[in-house]
Amino acid sequence: MTQYILRRVLIAIPTLLVISFVIFAVLAMAPGDPLAQFALNPAIPESTRQLIRTQFGLDQPWPIRYVKWLTSLSRGDWGFSFSTKSPVIDIVWQRMPQTLQVVGLAYLIAVCLAIPIGILSAVTQYSIFDNIATFFSFVGFSVPSFFTGILCILLFAVNLKWFPIVYSTTLEVNSLATFGQQVRQMFLPVLVLVVQQTAALTRFMRSSMLDNLSLDYVRTARAKGLSDRVVVVRHVLANSLIPVITLIALGIPTIFAGAIITENLFRVNGLGALLITSINNSDTPVVMALTFIFSILTIIFNLIADIMYGVLDPRVRYG
Amino acid sequence: MSEADQALDGRTTVTTTSALSQQLTTGIAIKPRTLLGDAWRRFRRHRLAMFGVATLLFFGLSVSLGPLIYQGYLLRQLEQEGMPISNPHPDLRALVDHLDFLSLMTPPNSIHLLGTDDLGRDLLARCMYGGRVSLAVGFVAMIIAISLGTFVGAVAGFFGGSIDQILMRITDLFLSLPVIPFILLTVYLFRDPVILAMGSPETGIFMIVVTVIGCLAWMQTARIVRASFLSLKEKEFVEAATALGVGTWAIMFRHILPNAMGPIIVAATLEVGSAIITESTLSFLGVGFPPDTPTWGRLVTDGSQYLQAAPWLALFPGALIFLAVLSINFLGDGLRDALDPRSRL
Repeated sequence: MTQYILRRVLIAIPTLLVISFVIFAVLAMAPGDPLAQFALNPAIPESTRQLIRTQFGLDQPWPIRYVKWLTSLSRGDWGFSFSTKSPVIDIVWQRMPQTLQVVGLAYLIAVCLAIPIGILSAVTQYSIFDNIATFFSFVGFSVPSFFTGILCILLFAVNLKWFPIVYSTTLEVNSLATFGQQVRQMFLPVLVLVVQQTAALTRFMRSSMLDNLSLDYVRTARAKGLSDRVVVVRHVLANSLIPVITLIALGIPTIFAGAIITENLFRVNGLGALLITSINNSDTPVVMALTFIFSILTIIFNLIADIMYGVLDPRVRYG
Repeated sequence: MSEADQALDGRTTVTTTSALSQQLTTGIAIKPRTLLGDAWRRFRRHRLAMFGVATLLFFGLSVSLGPLIYQGYLLRQLEQEGMPISNPHPDLRALVDHLDFLSLMTPPNSIHLLGTDDLGRDLLARCMYGGRVSLAVGFVAMIIAISLGTFVGAVAGFFGGSIDQILMRITDLFLSLPVIPFILLTVYLFRDPVILAMGSPETGIFMIVVTVIGCLAWMQTARIVRASFLSLKEKEFVEAATALGVGTWAIMFRHILPNAMGPIIVAATLEVGSAIITESTLSFLGVGFPPDTPTWGRLVTDGSQYLQAAPWLALFPGALIFLAVLSINFLGDGLRDALDPRSRL
């Protein structure tokens, strides 16, 4: 077991290195000057721009820059943002809580909704409940999440005026009233993410349950006189959850990507909004750091999914 | 008629046909049942999939032939209104860009069937044009993703060994790339040179969006194809083909591939839908097509600024994206059931 985990981790490290190299290469080989914003400024002469270029190390060939980036990263130094001149890591830490709050809460709700709906759907296959659930999960993953967001804004914020349109990041939660305000402003961004994630997870849960319900051990359990509840919960559910749990782990990076859209729609100043503004400002160090963080998340959760699958399913051999 | 009656009706027709086919069996010859015929029979029974096919056909006709009918109508209406188009031979593009200053942001009416935007441009004409772009993006991105995936999967599964190892490592690598950030990044960074190389912004953005989406969506197909090739290459018909002296590539693509087609077709269908969503998301984030090219995603984004004054501007194109993708997903689901009756997802 330990060996299996160790090998998985050892594969993940070179993958991360290659991905960081690819992202760096894409950024470096792309045309466009990260200092273009200074070129338009008449107060900064060509010589000063050259100086800034040397200062940031931009005059060196990009493979050398990559090695330098990597060595400073190994010391925990993510570089400096071109536009705000502050350390990248500080900006990321500053933006992280908003994203984690919304994304974490949304995913938690989605999982709590999807598992029971999926179970009920599978147990009562082709019933009215199942048909409705199936229909809604199809709707859920056929709507682009920005459109769900626009619909929610139109309905809940413009017409009903229940929730604010724009997320206020200056709000400090220090009393019951401000807590209520925080809950209300988080409601819509969370709702949009929940709709999208629940749809996919419900489908997986349902099909995983159905795969197990037709197996022989279920018939055996029924034959020895166990009640329906015990058969479903203790036997079928336990087995069906194995692939679903790994999928839940695999889905975490995608919900961060979903946050890019909701954060731009509701003006939550989290990591997703930071990525878009940095891309538009050609702020290469921030873009590099964020894309790399998203890759690290993907790889870590792939790893967790792999390991959990091994732990939960004794049939998986650690070959 | 209640649903139960309808169901009963359906059952009686089934019994009559089967009775008929029994009569025929006792006769001389009956039409042979083919694999595709069976699939079609299963597919027809999938009501949602048939709904999908109908909607998609309607969309296809609307964006290809629809403008021919609507063009004449809109021109006459504009003339009556007093805002005729100066262009003597107007096409869809001219209608898309035509500014009708007499009706700015009007709700759907008899002149502009779906209303107009803030510059008085006709929303239906723009939706038709946008549909062409969006559906084309979905289709071409799917072709790229499926061809790449099929090729990689086929080579990895057929040759095995170190080729398989290397290709699967690359597949894993692509699966670990954060897709949306990476697409945003590449489209943003490379769009100017590609536009320069292609001559027009629209073709340039089309090429880059389609390539990037396609190149980041082939991995699942590669895995599916590899898995089927691994088992199919051990079958007798492959041995027979080898014994007959058929070349390696012909065995792979003429003999094995048709047997692995089912899951590929399903993956291809679903890929069209997800490419349409990705493209509209890019437009929403401001990294998609140029502002004067109305794609569905672009129309929703532009319309979302006028949610209070003119909600139809965002709602109609959004509903079109939703309906198109929903139909594609239903179609994919029906195809999955029809081509592989054992699978359930």
